[in-house]
Amino acid sequence: MRHTTEKIVERKNLVVNPVKTCQPIGAMYAALGIHRCMPHSHGSQGCCAYHRSMLTRHYKEPVMATTSSFTEGASVFGGMGNLMDAIANIFSLYDPDVIAVHTTCLSETIGDDIPQIVKKAKDNGLIPRGKHVFHANTPSYVGTHITGYASMVKAMVDYFAVPSRKRSDQINLVPGFVDPPDMEELRRISSSFGVAVVMFPDTSGVLNTGLTGAFKMFPRGGTRVSELVTAGEAIATLGLGRFAAGPAARALDAKCGVPCEVLDLPLGLAATDRFVMALSRHTGVPVPEDIAEERARVVDLVADMHQYLYGKRVAVAGDPDHLFPLVEFLLDLEMDVRHIVTGMQSKKIERRMEELFREKAPDKRPNFAAPGDLFLLHQWIKNDPVDLIIGNTHTKYIARDENIPSVRVGFPILDRVGHQYFPIVGYRGAVRLLEMILNAFLERVDATVPEESFELVM
Amino acid sequence: MEGLERFDLEKIREEILERYPAKVARKRAKQVVINRKDPETGTPPEIVANVRTIPGILTMRGCCYAGCKGVVLGPTRDILQITHGPIGCGFYSWLTRRNQTKPRTEEDQNFLPYAFTTDLTENEIIFGGEKKLKAAIEEAIAAFHPKAIGIFATCPVGLIGDDIHAVAKEMEEKYPEVNIFAFSCEGYKGVSQSAGHHIANNKLFTDVVGLNDEVKEGRFKVNLLGEYNIGGDAFEVERLFERCGITLVSTFSGNSCYEDLTRAHTADLNLVMCHRSINYMAEMMEKKYGIPWVKINFLGAAATAKSLRRIAAFFDDPELTARVEEVISEEMAEVEKVREEVYPRTEGKIAMLFVGGSRAHHYQALFEELGMRTVAAGYEFAHRDDYEGRRVLPYIKIDADSRNIEELEVGPDPVRYRPRVTQEQAEKLKALGIEFMDYRGMMPEMDEESLVIDDLNAYEAEVLIERIRPHIFCAGIKEKYVIQKFGLPMKQLHNYDYSGPYAGFKGAINFYREIDRMVNSRIWQMVCPPWEKTAPLEGAYVKEREEESYAHATHD
Repeated sequence: MRHTTEKIVERKNLVVNPVKTCQPIGAMYAALGIHRCMPHSHGSQGCCAYHRSMLTRHYKEPVMATTSSFTEGASVFGGMGNLMDAIANIFSLYDPDVIAVHTTCLSETIGDDIPQIVKKAKDNGLIPRGKHVFHANTPSYVGTHITGYASMVKAMVDYFAVPSRKRSDQINLVPGFVDPPDMEELRRISSSFGVAVVMFPDTSGVLNTGLTGAFKMFPRGGTRVSELVTAGEAIATLGLGRFAAGPAARALDAKCGVPCEVLDLPLGLAATDRFVMALSRHTGVPVPEDIAEERARVVDLVADMHQYLYGKRVAVAGDPDHLFPLVEFLLDLEMDVRHIVTGMQSKKIERRMEELFREKAPDKRPNFAAPGDLFLLHQWIKNDPVDLIIGNTHTKYIARDENIPSVRVGFPILDRVGHQYFPIVGYRGAVRLLEMILNAFLERVDATVPEESFELVM
Repeated sequence: MEGLERFDLEKIREEILERYPAKVARKRAKQVVINRKDPETGTPPEIVANVRTIPGILTMRGCCYAGCKGVVLGPTRDILQITHGPIGCGFYSWLTRRNQTKPRTEEDQNFLPYAFTTDLTENEIIFGGEKKLKAAIEEAIAAFHPKAIGIFATCPVGLIGDDIHAVAKEMEEKYPEVNIFAFSCEGYKGVSQSAGHHIANNKLFTDVVGLNDEVKEGRFKVNLLGEYNIGGDAFEVERLFERCGITLVSTFSGNSCYEDLTRAHTADLNLVMCHRSINYMAEMMEKKYGIPWVKINFLGAAATAKSLRRIAAFFDDPELTARVEEVISEEMAEVEKVREEVYPRTEGKIAMLFVGGSRAHHYQALFEELGMRTVAAGYEFAHRDDYEGRRVLPYIKIDADSRNIEELEVGPDPVRYRPRVTQEQAEKLKALGIEFMDYRGMMPEMDEESLVIDDLNAYEAEVLIERIRPHIFCAGIKEKYVIQKFGLPMKQLHNYDYSGPYAGFKGAINFYREIDRMVNSRIWQMVCPPWEKTAPLEGAYVKEREEESYAHATHD
């Protein structure tokens, strides 16, 4: 990237190398976490193609989603006809149980009223009995892919959760925008407390299926609509990630009176501690010994390898829900977090980040931008170099230019494997994060030390 | 080729159509045809193409913006490209097409690793985004000092009525050293990426080509049109041109730079690779500057040799002809060696190709060289002429979706028009089988009794796979893992699965080896777990358990 200079020219209007993308892709991803659900993009077909392509590249899995295929006519006269046709075609050809419609900047700008169109489709008998069509408004010019994810998850509550007097021995989990193995891991940890777990969405078993010689448009995974209905009778909801999971957890509280607690994504040690303690508190079950042992291993690994972590300068780019616990973890490892960017615009993020540093590293003041972009991050690094970059695949261009090791965390990861199989949440996830960070450092040492210092044991 | 008689294509076609609702079936029937030529005239059957996708059908297609910014302009390294719109479109079209580029010097500009966008938010959607766009252009100029800036409209920009062309003009007046131009390539225009190609061609033609009359040194000057340097394809073609002594003035637009595009009109011959994405440019350059075009193809070793010979025949120079023959015979030696090695392992296998424009046509040549037959193929966004040849152009009905794309009126340039071929030369070349300004299309070259399907969708692909079980299926990233779940190798021909190049002679060798690896990979034999192939378990432990439970049952 030969044009990135140290000199920082002020920019307010041009985003260069964004570290965020648009709402609909988040909505599409969330919808894939419903069992037998067809995500439907209401707009021109390019959005759907781009979102499917990007999700496919990230998960290396089939991503099925349909589109209203707007052309100029629909853009002028409205997309009702297109959506009605789409609903009819989708049910007759693919037979999903649910269609999850999300809007795009096109349909939002012309003002298509999705509930009204869906109602008309229902009145016209286009929605078979027992099948569902629900929707979320996800204009691309508001928020980011995280906002879109949050909107679609909230729509699951708005459409399906039913208030109930009954209280079942059940915990609701609303995970943030995390990968299928993370969802599996969150379920495993929660289930170890001996309660039933309703998690929505759940993309495990949908976006991490094996190769058996039989393609299934709707694999076995995903949250059942019946589960969404019973979410209203749980003892508590844990929303993991303020931005991606918070709105749904709070909506369920408001609609069904299920008390909710919105926590950080359990990433790293401290945030996982808070998650595990919340589970213990709400279920009244002491923390299982296995989970405690998993935690101990994280501590053990840090103690063993602390010299490689201590004082290392890091730059981090990503989504806010990932950023807080990740930065917290890095600070707990006594690493020196110098630069942080996120694509989301929010004063709240800035305040929380300030608090985090006040508490964990009061003598440090990182460069921090919300919103910022990777071009700015690169310029900061040129002015104040770091030893490691943590972020999505796009950060690799900075890493190469500045000759810095990098670790992939976040979305999208297009050039590495692992994220589709191994979690980064929970204590096991913390071990994996440590493994990635430490191995990046250790490999760098091996590749660069002079021959006389090249050592067998490290 | 043997073994294909076992497929009743007629029946497969019927099966595809019968599951559709009646209205949909009527439409699809015209887009799914069996390539059966008329015995008297030898012309292929008519196919419907370039029409709207049916809402709700899982399509492979993208949008106008993707065709304009992603395909045609994307690979040019030093035109700073600003996506005017919300964040998504700019993000998704950022480095995802594997367009490689190699600036000539360390100082040369290269913006390919950058994504520039105005990141429109609600405020601009309500009050208009022109102000932000102007400011963004100023910021881009201050930070990057580009020679040229392209502005690309996304869906909402068209709806809110931002006049991006007026902005471009105004900013160009303010910064006369920068060429600033805009593309009205909103995603909803047309029915696929194709509209975007046309829009890109128009603007490049009016605002870039012809700005620089400086003639490149070299005797045999050509432009390469419709080659996008996916995975280094253009590098390989450039290498061959250099070996042969052919001067490449510019490529539209793989490994291209702005300056080369500005003097494209000084070339003497246009070579059209991807007809769909760039035929407009070839046609307009012929009308305005008198540069004839021929259809060539650098995918496949035989096709590459044939294309090089066409160029030599055009220039009709004994030295060039000798050089070309020498290069072909030298390069073909290695190609033949690898082909012979691979052939016994690929011969008789079946391929299916559902890719872009032209790729579904060109790659059939490579498969043919491996002894493989393409039983079904189709384009994602082509028009009838790409299937049936340009002879059908007068009969293509212009519908509302195409009418919205501007058709430029082009006449001879008063100064620069210079016909490159005389009537006599043209006649002579025609006798050699070289026709100017002509493309015969995919269907005449495709085997008879094969399926041609326009705008294939996921459900139709499923029927094809279940009924025919091809040995390899070629399409794009969205289709990749669907096909693989069926237990079949799937080759991406838009990005080559991160390998390549596949163009030219060296590319052919890469492709032979790659297809051999894929169709003969051991992994497909491992899909079925061994326990499903063996008899039921008879272990002692299980038996004991069974006896035990039997004992329990009888005691009870």
